[in-house]
Amino acid sequence: MWAPQQEKESVEVNDRSYDERVCDVLIIGAGGAGLRAAIESHDRGAKTLVVCKSLLGKAHTVMAEGGIAAALGNVDPKDSWEVHFSDTIVEGQHLSNWRIVEIFAKEAIERVYELERYGAVFDRTPAGKISQRPFGAHTYRRLCNIGDRTGLELIRTLQDQVVARGVPFMDEVMTTCLFRDPKTGRAAGALGIDIKTGKLLLFRARAIIIATGGSGRVYQVTSNSYESTGDGIGMAYRAGAELMDMEMIQFHPTGMIYPPGVRGMLVTEAVRGEGGILTNSEGERFMSKYDPKRMELSARDVVARSIYTEIMAGRGSKGGGVYLDISHKGADHIKKKLPSMYDQFLAFADIDITKDKMEVAPTVHYQMGGIRVDPETAESSVKGLYAAGEVASGLHGANRLGGNSLSDILVFGKRAGDAAAKSATAVDLPSVDSKEVEKEISRVLSPFSSTGSANPFHIKEEIASNMWAHVGIVRNAVDLEAGLVEIERLRKDAKGLKAVGPRAYNQSWTDSLQVLDMLLICEAMIRSALERKESRGAHTRSDFPAKDPKWLVNIITVQEDGKMVRRTVPVSTPPQELQRLIKEDD
Amino acid sequence: METHASAQPDQRKTIRLRILRGTGERTSSPHYDTFEVPREEGMVVLNAVHYIQSHLDPSLSIRWNCKAGRCGSCSAEINGRPQLMCKTRVDSIEGEITIEPMQAFPRLKDLVTDVTANWKVAATIPPFTPKANAGDIYTFYQADVDRSREFRRCIECFLCMDVCHVIREHEADYMGPRWVVKAASLDMHPMDGLNRSKFMKDAGGLGYCNITKCCQEICPEHIVITDDAIIPEKERVVDRHYDPILWVYRRLKGGATAGETK
Repeated sequence: MWAPQQEKESVEVNDRSYDERVCDVLIIGAGGAGLRAAIESHDRGAKTLVVCKSLLGKAHTVMAEGGIAAALGNVDPKDSWEVHFSDTIVEGQHLSNWRIVEIFAKEAIERVYELERYGAVFDRTPAGKISQRPFGAHTYRRLCNIGDRTGLELIRTLQDQVVARGVPFMDEVMTTCLFRDPKTGRAAGALGIDIKTGKLLLFRARAIIIATGGSGRVYQVTSNSYESTGDGIGMAYRAGAELMDMEMIQFHPTGMIYPPGVRGMLVTEAVRGEGGILTNSEGERFMSKYDPKRMELSARDVVARSIYTEIMAGRGSKGGGVYLDISHKGADHIKKKLPSMYDQFLAFADIDITKDKMEVAPTVHYQMGGIRVDPETAESSVKGLYAAGEVASGLHGANRLGGNSLSDILVFGKRAGDAAAKSATAVDLPSVDSKEVEKEISRVLSPFSSTGSANPFHIKEEIASNMWAHVGIVRNAVDLEAGLVEIERLRKDAKGLKAVGPRAYNQSWTDSLQVLDMLLICEAMIRSALERKESRGAHTRSDFPAKDPKWLVNIITVQEDGKMVRRTVPVSTPPQELQRLIKEDD
Repeated sequence: METHASAQPDQRKTIRLRILRGTGERTSSPHYDTFEVPREEGMVVLNAVHYIQSHLDPSLSIRWNCKAGRCGSCSAEINGRPQLMCKTRVDSIEGEITIEPMQAFPRLKDLVTDVTANWKVAATIPPFTPKANAGDIYTFYQADVDRSREFRRCIECFLCMDVCHVIREHEADYMGPRWVVKAASLDMHPMDGLNRSKFMKDAGGLGYCNITKCCQEICPEHIVITDDAIIPEKERVVDRHYDPILWVYRRLKGGATAGETK
C-alpha cells in the first residue's frame, strides 16, 4: 500500500508536451456539486472523469456549517416546498429565476433523503426523523444538520460514493482554459496542469460540467478557502459563456475579527439559530431597530448591513466589530450543537464561548451570480457546457438564504450530471483545434519565461484589498470607479508575473494564472455594480439607496470580440399558480 | 544552508523558522532553509509560512486550503510533532520552529507530500450498505447518531497515518488508523447492514496494530482513535473469528460466516 519513495519524472520548465485524457463527461471541481454530478453521470453510464484543484474531499463545501435547507416538515409540519419557494424568491429580492427556484424547492427534499441513503447521518428529532433547525429568514425550522459540521458530512458521504463506484478522478489538477469545437461551437475540452508534477494535460470530452465554486478570495476579509478564486467563471467567460448577477456578493454577517491572522473566518449562522444575541458597545440588542420581528434571524443582507451601520456609527466593539453571545445557552448545549465554534474560538482567539462573548463583523461569503444556466438542464449559453453550484447563477437572486447552497449543489449537481450524460451519448467526440491548444500552452507557460518580476502573491493581496475598499457592503459610483482604475493598473502589473522554481507544485506559477481570471471577475463585478443604480439585497448603493422596480432585471456579462459587454434582461414573471404562493413579509 | 535572516534578530519581534526543502527526485538533496518572519499577535504557523512564500521565497511549496482547521490540507511535522500548520499557534512554541513534511508519505516538493495512496485503501473498504429493511426514509435516534459522530469528525489530514509506526514497519499489510476510523464509522452507522470483520482481519491487517495510541494523541479533531475505533474493531474481529462459544453457536444455527450481513 505505502509505496516507497519513487523517483518522480522531472518536467523542464519550458516542456510543452501534454498527456491526453478522453471521456464522455468531464467534471471540473469536486465539491458537493461536482461529486453529486459525478455520481449521476456515472450511474447513467457515461464515462466520467472528475478533476479538482485541491485534494479530494478538501473543497470549500467542507466549510459549510449550519445545514441543508429542505422543506421536510419534520419539526414544523406546516412547512412545504411552496413556503420554501416563497422564502427564496422574497429574500432573493425577486431577482431569482422562478423556475430554478421551483425545481430547487421541490427536489431539495428528495435530495436530502437520498443523501441519507448514501450514508449521511443527520441529527434526529425525538421521533427518530431528520432534525431541522431555524435559520435566518426561513419561515419554518428547515435546516437539516449534523451539529455545525454539515458540509463535512455532505462531502465525505458523496466522496465515499464516488470512490466506492470507482469513478475516475484526478485531484490537484488545475484547469486553465476551455476549448470549443471550431465547427459546432460545442464545448470540447480543457487544458489542465497536474499540480503535483507540473505536467500538462489535455482533456477531451463530449460534455463538460463546471462545478468550481465561487470567487470569494478576490476579497481581503473572506470566509472562503484558498481555492475559491473563480477559475471556472473565468474559463467559462473566456469561452464565450454568459455570466449573470455578477454584482451580487453575499457578506456573511458574522466573521471573526481577531486575531488578525484569522480575520474573516466564518462564525456560523447556527450560533444565532441556536439563540445567539447581537449587541453593540452600549449593550443594546440593536437588531430590534432594523428588524424587530425577526431580530438576529433576519436575512443575511439585513443583518450584515445592520452590523456595518452600528460599527460605522461608532457603536462597535473594542476590536471593531459587534458582540455575539451564546453563553446563556449553557456549556453542554453549546458543545453539542456548536462544537466547531467552541473549538475555533478556543484554539485561535483564546475565547471560551460558553463563558464569553464573541466579537464579529461581516465577511465575504458567497457569490450569488455566476454562469447563466438553463433551469432544467443547468446548461450554459455554450452548448455542451454545464454549470452547477456556486459557480452558476439564477437561484439565489440578490441574497442567498443560509442552507440553500447545500441543497442547491445536490439538486443542480444531479441535474447537471443527468443532462450532461444524456447529451454526451448523443454526440460524436467534438474536435479540439490544435492551434488553440498550442496558443493556450504558450499562455500557461509564459510566467516561466517572463522578463518581469511581478509577484503573484502580492498582486492577489492588492486585488483583495482593492475589492474590500471599493466594492464592499455599501457601494457608490466614486468608489466603484476607483476600484476599476485599480484593477486596470493591476492588470498592467500582471503582465510581468513571474514564476520561480521548477514546475512541480509551483504556486508562484498556478497563482499567477489565477490572478488573471481574478482580475476578469473583479472587472465583471465592478462594472455590473456600477450598472445597477439601486439598492437591492446584497447590493447596496449609498448614491441610490432605494429599491427601484425598474431594476427588476438581471445584468448579463459576456465577451464579444474580445470586449466585456453587458446587457439587461427582465426577470421573468412566474405563472399564476406560483405567483399566488409568494408571500411578502413587509 | 541558505539563510534569509538578519544577523541579530529580536525574538520578541520575529520568529526563526527552519524549513526542510527539496523535491522527491533522487537527484535532489533535501536541505534546511532558515527564515526570519515578523511576529504578529495570535499568529499560527501557516501565517508565518505564507509570509515566507509571499515575501522571502516564492518558490516555497505548501499545501493549504481552508486555513481554519476544517479541511486537513496543511499537515506537517512541526518541531517533530505531526500537526496542522493552520491550528498551531506560534506563541505555543519556544524558540526556533522547524517544519518538515510528513515523513510517511513520498515527498513531492518542500512541505508537500503525495497522499494519494490513501485513496487506494479507501476503495477497498466495503462501503455503507443499508440493512434490508431500512426503507426509503430512515428512522433512528440521536443516541445512534452520537455513537458514530466522533468518527465522522475526521478531516482526513492523515497525521495519524504519519505518526503510525505500524505503517512504517509493515507498509502494505496494515490499512492505517484513518481507515480503521472510516470502517468504525460505517460499522457504527445505525442503518448499516454489513459485517466488515473478515475484511478488517485479512485485507485491513488490523491485528498488526499493537495499540501504542500514538495516533489518538495527535489527532487534531480529538478522535480517540485507538480506544474508540481500533479496539472495538479488534473486538468485532475476535467475536466473529476467534470466540469459540460464538463459533459453536453459529455452527449449530448454520448461520452466517464472516463477510456478509451483521
